[in-house]
Amino acid sequence: MANDATLSPPAALPLPRGAFAQAARHARNPWLIAGLALFALLAFWSATGTTPVAVALLGKWLPSLLRGLLVNIEISVLAVALGTVVGLVIGALLLSPSAIVRRLARVYVQAFRNAPVLVLIYFTTYVFPFEVHVVQWSFPFPDWVKVVLGLALPTSANVAEIFRGAIQSIPSAQWEAAQSLAFKRSEIFRLIVLPQCLRRMLPPWMNLYASITMSTSLASLVGVHDVVDMAQIASNTVVRTDFTILVYFTLLALFFAYCYPIARATRALERRHERH
Amino acid sequence: MNATDSFFSTPAAKDIEAPLVQLKDVHLSFGDNQVLKGINVEVRRGQAVSIIGPSGSGKSTILRCITGLLRPQAGEISVGDTRVDTLRTEAELIALRKRVGFVFQQYNLFPHLTVLQNLVIAPTRVVGRSRAVAERDARALLEKVRLAHKADAYPGELSGGQQQRVAIARALAMQPELILFDEVTSALDPETVGEVLTVIRDLVKEGMTCVLVTHEMRFAEEISDQVYFTEAGSIVEHGPVAQIFGAPRSERTRQFLQRALGEGQRARPAPPTEALRFNQLRFAL
Repeated sequence: MANDATLSPPAALPLPRGAFAQAARHARNPWLIAGLALFALLAFWSATGTTPVAVALLGKWLPSLLRGLLVNIEISVLAVALGTVVGLVIGALLLSPSAIVRRLARVYVQAFRNAPVLVLIYFTTYVFPFEVHVVQWSFPFPDWVKVVLGLALPTSANVAEIFRGAIQSIPSAQWEAAQSLAFKRSEIFRLIVLPQCLRRMLPPWMNLYASITMSTSLASLVGVHDVVDMAQIASNTVVRTDFTILVYFTLLALFFAYCYPIARATRALERRHERH
Repeated sequence: MNATDSFFSTPAAKDIEAPLVQLKDVHLSFGDNQVLKGINVEVRRGQAVSIIGPSGSGKSTILRCITGLLRPQAGEISVGDTRVDTLRTEAELIALRKRVGFVFQQYNLFPHLTVLQNLVIAPTRVVGRSRAVAERDARALLEKVRLAHKADAYPGELSGGQQQRVAIARALAMQPELILFDEVTSALDPETVGEVLTVIRDLVKEGMTCVLVTHEMRFAEEISDQVYFTEAGSIVEHGPVAQIFGAPRSERTRQFLQRALGEGQRARPAPPTEALRFNQLRFAL
């Protein structure tokens, strides 16, 4: 027992010191401070029964807003997935040995990179029918699918450009070195060039994802029940100026909370690549 | 048994007589620019041959022709029984390049792979060796170039001299019959030139067939069996090292060596003597 008592203080010492340092580091984190302050404010309001009416209403509407945000996230994920697949194909065509194919791919990229996203969304909404008839069956063509297509167009054009840039940024000396090691062209592309490209493509691709996510807020304009649409419904139902302001602040906060970590991660990746 | 000594095993009797590499009257031009104007070179098995000469005289182009990276417009190139200038398909070129190693001025290591992976990727993917065998050979080669402790480093973490030694080990990992060195010390700091030359010297001593394009005149004099002096796409003079460095027959060779050696032991190449050809310069913004 005596031995235990003499041994335990030095053994226990590093733990509280480490935990304390960690706590001190957390205490300086502005996000944590803001979160705790918000929580304290809400706790104070509910404890004293002085919650402002607008805040109480927001609490009621928040689940619907979050469901709306989920629609935005679904649209952004599908649009970027589809746009990436198409964009990689177009990007490969940009590097085609045939001049005509290159020219056509170039036109596609320029057309959709230089078009306003809202115009593209209206374009896909009105170009495609609201139902597709195949023989005697008819399938609905919902608006959110049209928005996915509308956002996939600029995504594919940008991914194509990112891909072309990444491939061309690999020095030709890498091809020469791999050739002199008796690799086939297809192997050089797969084992040497593509892995280096993917590392270079990831940060701009993540940027693109964040910007497409923000563009999904346009979906409400063609009748998709997304988070912006839900905010409008909430605001029109409650009809209180302070509530409307609060709802749109909440929208800003939700988009920020989703996109800012992506931007931070992109920056971290870029910094890591600079070192290698 | 390590990765480099398989080529000793069974040289057929005729191979000792016939040159391993032979270039006959090779002509090559890029557009209007004649780079090679009738080059003749012979390299015998186990020899170290140096190609020296002013910058832009076509030395590197000769090496690129030997390994099929460039195709001459006229002339014959053979490596062993293979007529390099007639190779057309990718498969034929790959068969050639498995036998010919190439080390570049700018190292050209694969930056996304570790040192060990750089050495293992070609033997496993191209030759089809097992990973275990390839890794064992790769570690032996890293030991040989004194970089065993850097096996897990990325090329970007190494100095120029270290990267170049990895590049030599990478070429050796394919167990080639012949290695071509293209100005392998020109991009290096003077302090690290020595460590790379030591590795090459060891290879030559072991009997590896080497063709070196170099600006290191003292080194060429020390290790070569044969020396070719090129200028403006032609071979001005060639012969045993004693002849070229001791009693050159051509006045041009004498002048070049005087200038190259006269500038002391410095690693920097002699500045090109010819005037700038402005019509061949390309400017980019």
